[in-house]
Amino acid sequence: MDSPVAVVPEIENPAALQHHFETPEQQKDSATIGMWTFLLTEIMFFGGLFLAYFAYRQAYPLAFASASLKTNLLIGAFNTTVLICSSLTMALGVHFAALGKKNLLVVFLILTLILGGAFLGVKAYEYHDKWVHHEVPGPHFECEGCVDAQHTQLFFSLYFGMTGLHASHMIVGAGVLLVLIWQAHRGKFTADWYTPIENFGLYWHFVDIVWIFLFPLLYLIDRSGQGGIH
Amino acid sequence: MITAPPVVQTKRNYINAEAGLMSWLLTKDHKRIAILYLYAVTFFFIVGGMFAALIRIELATPAGDLMDSNTYNKVFTMHGVIMVFFFLIPSIPAILGNFLVPLMIGAKDLAFPRINLLSWYIYMLAGVFGVFVLVTGGVDTGWTFYTPFSTSYSNGYVVMTAMAAFIMGFSSILTGLNFIVTVHRMRAPGLTWFRLPLFIWAHYATAAVMILGTPVIAVTLFLLMLERGLHIGFFDPAYGGDPVLFQHLFWFYSHPAVYIMILPSMGVISEVVSTFCSKKPFGYTFIAFSSVAIAVFGFLVWGHHLFVSSQSAYAGMVFSILTFVVAIPSAIKVFNWTATMYKASVRLETPMLYAIGFIGLFTIGGLTGLFLASMGLDVHLTDTYFVIAHFHYVMVGGAIMGYMAGLHFWWPKITGRMYNQLWSKVAAVLVFIGFNLTFFPQFILGYMGMPRRYHAYPPEFQVLNVLSSAGASILGLGYLIPGIYFVWSLKYGKLAGPNPWGATGLEWQTSSPPPPENFEITPVVTTEAYEYGAQEVIHVG
Repeated sequence: MDSPVAVVPEIENPAALQHHFETPEQQKDSATIGMWTFLLTEIMFFGGLFLAYFAYRQAYPLAFASASLKTNLLIGAFNTTVLICSSLTMALGVHFAALGKKNLLVVFLILTLILGGAFLGVKAYEYHDKWVHHEVPGPHFECEGCVDAQHTQLFFSLYFGMTGLHASHMIVGAGVLLVLIWQAHRGKFTADWYTPIENFGLYWHFVDIVWIFLFPLLYLIDRSGQGGIH
Repeated sequence: MITAPPVVQTKRNYINAEAGLMSWLLTKDHKRIAILYLYAVTFFFIVGGMFAALIRIELATPAGDLMDSNTYNKVFTMHGVIMVFFFLIPSIPAILGNFLVPLMIGAKDLAFPRINLLSWYIYMLAGVFGVFVLVTGGVDTGWTFYTPFSTSYSNGYVVMTAMAAFIMGFSSILTGLNFIVTVHRMRAPGLTWFRLPLFIWAHYATAAVMILGTPVIAVTLFLLMLERGLHIGFFDPAYGGDPVLFQHLFWFYSHPAVYIMILPSMGVISEVVSTFCSKKPFGYTFIAFSSVAIAVFGFLVWGHHLFVSSQSAYAGMVFSILTFVVAIPSAIKVFNWTATMYKASVRLETPMLYAIGFIGLFTIGGLTGLFLASMGLDVHLTDTYFVIAHFHYVMVGGAIMGYMAGLHFWWPKITGRMYNQLWSKVAAVLVFIGFNLTFFPQFILGYMGMPRRYHAYPPEFQVLNVLSSAGASILGLGYLIPGIYFVWSLKYGKLAGPNPWGATGLEWQTSSPPPPENFEITPVVTTEAYEYGAQEVIHVG
């Protein structure tokens, strides 16, 4: 085995096979398992915040219920819809990538980017609104007439911590999406090899699902008991 | 085996395949990245060791005469932060694991070579933050960052230090992710799960802890930074928060982190014991599954750090019982290693000396852990030197002994050279003696009631403290000597050849140092792990 055989040089690889993989299937499998494993770490990452939320909501249910009423349900619901639509366009993007339809792939990736951007824009408006109403935790925070101002503030700490972490994932996603759109436009992906599109789709759906949990936890607590939409 | 002995030295290998600094800084070869980690981790080990030296010098006398209490707080904090986050957690996985996991499973590289390099740069970025804190005045919270002290009262660079640990976490996550995917998808043909070396099982379990635990400390430190930096409160009662929640979240990672440190060492010990007994490890399957069991149960015991907090007594009982349960898989390993050595012709080479040291010291460390797991006794022992002694027996006597065993075992593979046999054995014995002299007195001190984290103490504790400081200087010497002969061996050591210890693993089938692609032909595995000839058949039967 120590015979001085030269290393096998570049293997001809239509599917961008890296040197350390034996087959394209092995490479694709590895990338996919890697992505799922990464998403597992993301679940644990958000999990710490969810635990904090549950612990405090359990301890201060009334403060949380009344603080939740200060969120803007219409805007939140609108943004939820926007995000679900972006998941649809992303799924269609992956679909057309698998079919090798380059132009449709680019179109749906751009649509996904626009919807993601719209979500972030609306979120920024909401944050601004919170700032104007002195609902941002810290020295600026005010809550006149609150039964439990301290734990109302705690709710908003969690609100900004959770939605902020979610939004930062959206921003990272938008950045990656820009690169993917450029690469798709240049024709990098084919029906045989579109692993980055597929794996990015997993990430995008994951970020959406986090929001699907955040929306009821932050916006919908006790709405039914308090006379519905404000 | 067609070999050409005269040209071994100039044979193409991962070290001489490319030259120049950039070929190292931009490498995607797992073996070169392991070497990059070796340099960085060794640097932080030296820095952390210097802080340990300062602690032991201060504690040689009862009065706080070398430094004031504020400085002392910063010194033990930096010792803890550096040793835990920058040395113990990355040491074996990022250096030996990085180098060996692909070699042991017959792969050309880890599944994601670029992510592997990225993890090193993330580690270095975290290191920049760490060094920044060091040179600008330090931090005094202890490595545990307990709130509300850390968020509202500490005068140090808490955000910077937390940021260093936060960033370092991502390096650890990426390493773990790479190992998981690699073990699942990159094994050589014929290498089934139950033919894997026990080192791989240990690293797989470690990687699982890394990817499940580390994100939790990341988000905890993120919240800590928000509270400290932006006054967005989560833990400080002044903001309506609860400090005990911080402790729960912190230990949910930081207790399993202990297993990130010790599991890879256990993997090393399994390899070393088997090799130097020329025997299949007794109870291969039990050792393999005990790694997994430690990883699983390790996640369920964090509450034993909270016995004296406001955690409910019932929760405490459950955590106490589960802590006793986690001792079982650890004990399984110790018994199996011992049974492997029983009636074997044990070769007392340097790695084996460290391995035997590991078994003894880890046993003491583990059993004293059970003292602390008992809720009643823990109230007496909490925050005393007994705790310090306990976790140093596990971390230093366990994790670092395992690291030294591994470094000595695979050094010929990594560098192609042998180190000095006599000096390495002298150093191993010095480490063992120095270690016990340093930390055994601390059990007694702690039981007598000496609290941790104070720079002064009553005069009646001085004798034991002087013994401890004297032991620390012997221990320091024991770590210095390998530094010298390892460097010496790079130029003057005799050539090792592919398999100097007569071991069976795949990594010994290729040349030393290995070629960049590890194996010129992808190996096909047809036998179980650790097939040491015909004698084994007799033993198994």
